[in-house]
Amino acid sequence: MSTDKPMDLLRLSTAGSVDDGKSTLIGRLLYDTKSIFEDQLEAVEDASRRRGEGYVNLALLTDGLRAEREQNITIDVAYRYFATPKRKFIIADTPGHIQYTRNMVTGASTAELAVILIDARNGVLTQSKRHGFIASLLGIPHILVAVNKMDLVDWSEEVYDDICAEYTAFAEKLGVDDLTFVPISALKGDNVVDKSANMPWYDGSTLLHYLEHVNVGAHRNLVDFRFPVQYVLRPHQDYRGYAGRVASGSIRTGEEIVVLPSGRRSRIASVDTADGAVDEAVAGESVALTLDDELDISRGDMIVRPLNLPSVGQELDATICWTSEEPMKAGTQYWVRQTTREARGFISRVVYRIDVDTLHREEVEGFELNDIGRIHLTMSKPLFFDRYQLNRETGSFILIDPHSNATVAVGMLRGPVRHEVDLPAETPAAAVPRKTSPDVVWQGWNIALPEREARNGHKAAVLWLTGLSGSGKTTIASALERRLFGTGHRTMLLDGDQVRHGLNGDLGFSDADRAENIRRVGEVAALFYRQGCLVMCTFISPFREDRDRARSLVAGDRFLEVFVDTPLEECERRDPKGLYARARKGEIPHMTGISSPYEAPTSPEIRVQTVGRDVDALVDEIVEALRARAILPAQE
Amino acid sequence: MPLDRRSHLHHLESESIFVLREVAAQFERPVLLFSGGKDSILMVHLAAKAFAPAKIPFLLVHIDTGHNFPETLEYRDRLVAGHDAQLHVGSVQASIDAGRSTEETGPNPSRNRLQTVTLLDTLAELKADAALGGGRRDEEKARAKERFFSHRDRFGQWDPKNQRPELWNLFNGRKNPGEHFRVFPLSNWTEMDVWQYIAAEDVPMPSLYFSHRREVVRRDGTLLARSPHNALLDGEAWEEMTVRFRTIGDATCTGATPSTASTLEEIIAEVAASRVTERGGRHDDKHSEAAMEDRKKQGYF
Repeated sequence: MSTDKPMDLLRLSTAGSVDDGKSTLIGRLLYDTKSIFEDQLEAVEDASRRRGEGYVNLALLTDGLRAEREQNITIDVAYRYFATPKRKFIIADTPGHIQYTRNMVTGASTAELAVILIDARNGVLTQSKRHGFIASLLGIPHILVAVNKMDLVDWSEEVYDDICAEYTAFAEKLGVDDLTFVPISALKGDNVVDKSANMPWYDGSTLLHYLEHVNVGAHRNLVDFRFPVQYVLRPHQDYRGYAGRVASGSIRTGEEIVVLPSGRRSRIASVDTADGAVDEAVAGESVALTLDDELDISRGDMIVRPLNLPSVGQELDATICWTSEEPMKAGTQYWVRQTTREARGFISRVVYRIDVDTLHREEVEGFELNDIGRIHLTMSKPLFFDRYQLNRETGSFILIDPHSNATVAVGMLRGPVRHEVDLPAETPAAAVPRKTSPDVVWQGWNIALPEREARNGHKAAVLWLTGLSGSGKTTIASALERRLFGTGHRTMLLDGDQVRHGLNGDLGFSDADRAENIRRVGEVAALFYRQGCLVMCTFISPFREDRDRARSLVAGDRFLEVFVDTPLEECERRDPKGLYARARKGEIPHMTGISSPYEAPTSPEIRVQTVGRDVDALVDEIVEALRARAILPAQE
Repeated sequence: MPLDRRSHLHHLESESIFVLREVAAQFERPVLLFSGGKDSILMVHLAAKAFAPAKIPFLLVHIDTGHNFPETLEYRDRLVAGHDAQLHVGSVQASIDAGRSTEETGPNPSRNRLQTVTLLDTLAELKADAALGGGRRDEEKARAKERFFSHRDRFGQWDPKNQRPELWNLFNGRKNPGEHFRVFPLSNWTEMDVWQYIAAEDVPMPSLYFSHRREVVRRDGTLLARSPHNALLDGEAWEEMTVRFRTIGDATCTGATPSTASTLEEIIAEVAASRVTERGGRHDDKHSEAAMEDRKKQGYF
């Protein structure tokens, strides 16, 4: 054991079905590294004979459970071990069919390298892409594509090159960092352990040589020190050690630390192991830390450096894989376990499901077994985390059903929710982010909009009238509101001059103030909308972006942009408030159309032209448009 | 000399310590199953390291078949005293006397299977909610799919189709009243890893593991040691051989192997050259292709 470089450890995952030759490949690796014993081989030979198979079925070596032997399938993750003088290997061997996505995800979660098998005869199949997607999703740094059964394609370099080109193009979309290809024949042993004489055109490593030399530890984050406290050692009054495994980074005696969530600071007094104190602990090591000060620290707290803090959040954006036969139940308060911390949390929003074969996003209500998708998770207390792609240890979590105690989902954190979460549920996902005050939690609306609408007898909507000053917005909106109010509808009119007398009295007419003006009005309109109103807003709102933000606050089909399309010359001729005249004299510095731009709507829901038209006729047009969109009931 | 921090043994040690600490943190009444074999000796060694300078926070539980090698019991008592640990012995003989189980009959009677009843009774008596075992995934193919945290229902049974997915280092030990967990901190170790680690850490081992002269009888390809519990069948005779044990369990079912390995280094060399698994010497696994899976479902170790 006194070699210069000690034997290290590589964890890899394999996914595939019997047809890919996966079992044959694993069998060969185990056999050629002398990891299969004679009695195991004998047992397999016996079993093969009893089952009337004319060959030694190496799959019997790896398919451990009786149900699997009976059905000839692998239904779980099996762990295999082999070693060469250089390295110990742990294989997480998983089935490759789509109904075993959760098993593939499990196997991939601790792997540093994924072996993806492609049958050279079949080329790149959907299954090969699925395996690549799961490997990249779980953050496996190295992907090795073994193009197998080269003997059955006459050792063709062209076939191999085509597969490499096609898979490389696919992997680029996934953002895979390290992709390697090896042409092999697992059955005949070519390029598995020994170099193939049949493929002189291939000058790369054999599969085992690559496995022995690929850089290990690439998945470990060695920068950001994170120490989730696992257990407090307190044998007597004079010793208080915080036991745990360094999740990432490293720490030395004497360094300053901060404890989360308390925010209390101290210094590392010692890094203890059973073999004595050490100077430093690095990622992956189980140690006990003692501090200079007596602080109140318990399991679930995290010790970090003051100048390198993790993200803290209570509303989290995550990718999950549903692992339970029981589908997701909306509103269930699951237990969330992340590092050594556990707290209640619920799925506050299902953003989309990913079809693992096409990578398309689909709108769904919830998740079922093997679904992968994106959610917002709302926690009862904050989690300290890093993005999974930066830190597997602090970016991963599981969801536990509070009744069955089953692990129903596993997830990878992407970051704090950017507060699309408090948009109405029916809003499309492509909404514009909103700011939120710190430490507030969205509680949902007390009375749902459909209930209000049922009472009102009409749908709620926002009619956003935009156009130049003097185009006729207020005239039209006032007549429209009077008409609708008179026929028993719930209405509200928000006008530029009116809000600038109160709510927005602190704002001027700079571009920034105009944007803020429209932002506030948009929020107010959304509140009236939530109350079931037909809201009419009359604002010049010259910037497309500001109007789009207002649009994002209500359901997609309930925001009607009404472009009051009156030419500038006509507006200037009308000039009801004398503004154009003053602007021309230079008295108004930011006059839309004169000294400030107007971005006309590109595709408004309704466009009205006012020149030479009667107001009542314009109101008729708009009412008709509302009926056509079923916002108002059809006329009897 | 401490382990090289880049080595696979250091990694395995850190992982096992992490799992042992999770058990102490997540369960109220965890116990550590001690059989006297090298894996459970390693478990005690790792548990001592995981909680130093505090004592091992687990009660050690030994299920005694009454057919143990005397060396095993001496070693056990020395180990318990050395760690200032607490020991509880569950007796198979007591289960038989109480009518909870019936002695096997036939040419090769063993109490190995009877341990299950005594084990489950003992766990119930102690109200244990987690039982730490030294099982390794490389031992047998049914174990290749075992979790670190293995959930058992109220009858102590294992349902291989209903195991919780185990990802990253997140272990779910939540359970309903009456259920318990078996936890296997050595899941990722191989026989070779165990011996290399024992050698590197200089863990004292029972003499049975080292080569010695002993009277044995050849039966079904294994060498059974002479003991009051093993009777000769017709045509058999005791013969003295130089042997050692690769695993240590009940004297009625643990076979010896011819060996001259008398140091840890020689044992490692022997394991490296071995072409037969350590369980190849275990009589109990040979009953059927799925023998281990059946026993595990019923609540075996």
